[in-house]
Amino acid sequence: MRYSGFRVIKEALTGHKGWTPAWRDASPQADYDYVIIGGGGHGLAAAYYLAAQFGGKRIAVLEKGWIGGGNVGRNTTIIRSNYMLDGNEPFYEFSLKLWEGLEQELNYNAMVSQRGILNLVHSDAQRDGARRRGNAMILNGSDAELLDTEGVRKLYPFLNFDNARFPIKGGLLHRRGGTVRHDAVAWGYARGADQLGVDIIQNCEVTGFRIENGKVKGVETSRGYIGAKKVASSVAGSSSRVMSLAGLRLPIESHVLQAFVSEGLKPTIPGVITFGAGHFYCSQSDKGGLVFGGDIDGYNSYAQRGNLPVVEDVVESGVALIPALGRVRLLRGWGGIMDMSMDGTPFIDRTPIDGLYFNGGWCYGGFKATPAAGWCLAHLLATDTPHETATAYRLDRFRTGHIVDEKGQGAQPNLH
Amino acid sequence: MIINHPLLGPRDAAEFVYLGDAGLIDRPDWQADDAAQAFHDYMYLRDNPAGLHRELWFHEQGDRSWLVVTRNTVTHEITNVELARDVAIAQGRGQ
Repeated sequence: MRYSGFRVIKEALTGHKGWTPAWRDASPQADYDYVIIGGGGHGLAAAYYLAAQFGGKRIAVLEKGWIGGGNVGRNTTIIRSNYMLDGNEPFYEFSLKLWEGLEQELNYNAMVSQRGILNLVHSDAQRDGARRRGNAMILNGSDAELLDTEGVRKLYPFLNFDNARFPIKGGLLHRRGGTVRHDAVAWGYARGADQLGVDIIQNCEVTGFRIENGKVKGVETSRGYIGAKKVASSVAGSSSRVMSLAGLRLPIESHVLQAFVSEGLKPTIPGVITFGAGHFYCSQSDKGGLVFGGDIDGYNSYAQRGNLPVVEDVVESGVALIPALGRVRLLRGWGGIMDMSMDGTPFIDRTPIDGLYFNGGWCYGGFKATPAAGWCLAHLLATDTPHETATAYRLDRFRTGHIVDEKGQGAQPNLH
Repeated sequence: MIINHPLLGPRDAAEFVYLGDAGLIDRPDWQADDAAQAFHDYMYLRDNPAGLHRELWFHEQGDRSWLVVTRNTVTHEITNVELARDVAIAQGRGQ
């Protein structure tokens, strides 16, 4: 079924009896050409692009729970292409371009809103850093504008400009960044993939791999054995657990990242703001809630909930930047599990096991990467070579020395 | 989380900074033939278990001792706390 304004009017006049489910609830077949583990944004996007762009057939997406129930539904919905390093920025720019055409491509309203992201700077050194990063972004086809204090004041007059410790010296404005309705991304890709014949199999947990002579033959699941020519793992947060079933140890630690939503307010914050003196970022959802977050808790966790010291830290940073937040009530907070890699950069690569592919290590940047990660994983599955924008995301880069450490923190996953 | 420090008693985890897997105590022998491989695995690869995890915490806002904390990564429950010094000596290190 194609969605359109006419369709909405027609259904409204006929009692909404004509809507059909957006995707089939498929049961697993005995074998497939491609099995993608993980029905999150990345897995569904990979299945969609594999079928739509690379002519893939007989594709299944296996999801332990329900699609859209993992990290694609637990993030702060921000999209951006404002990285600096050569290994990263072309990839995120490719992703942002895919976001820009996503709704037309999928015929699905994902509420892509390019409302702009402002990274504030509070010192001369930070301004130099922002200028350098902005230049790198522009060289890679992205957009960046360096604002001075007055430029920032014009956009966001309610920020705390008089803070003696962290005066706002300006900011790097990335106008094409913004937010997307995150659940709609999962649903849109699921619907698009389903229409191209992809089997989306929910409530199907992978419990093991069948590997013979160094080549993957299929996966054991809670719904029986499924044979496959190629298997890809796209389960960020649980990558270490899934890949350990194939005997692999990864350069990844799992950490919990908390995010928060306030009560609904009238339109207050038109774009996305990031604090440069503490880890805090904030945007306003279309329902009116302020969506904000900060640092990971900093210790290994699979608990999907964090602890109070980080709540306090995030809220302190928020009130330091936007004093008006002091009057706002927090509605809810939640935690999501992140694959924190050793250099803060993800992996889209083959593994030492023939026919087994890996997409993970997204730290807390996985959501914005969804379209490009899906595309690049599909490219890798179809052609066995990395996509031109994802050549740096190799699993063996720590051995070869080609690390991509955007923050320069070294092998300390809880600092990335 | 409350970490029951072996010398100081129960302390708030916010007083500590986290390093990671307690396997980091076992620094490989740099003179061994396979040192490059061993240091790669030591530095970059992790078991990252869901369940009991032995990990290093540093009491930065306290007595500045290193602890080996056994904690469940699924529930955050802490079941054992030892001085990293004792653990290292028991493993034959620190001579």
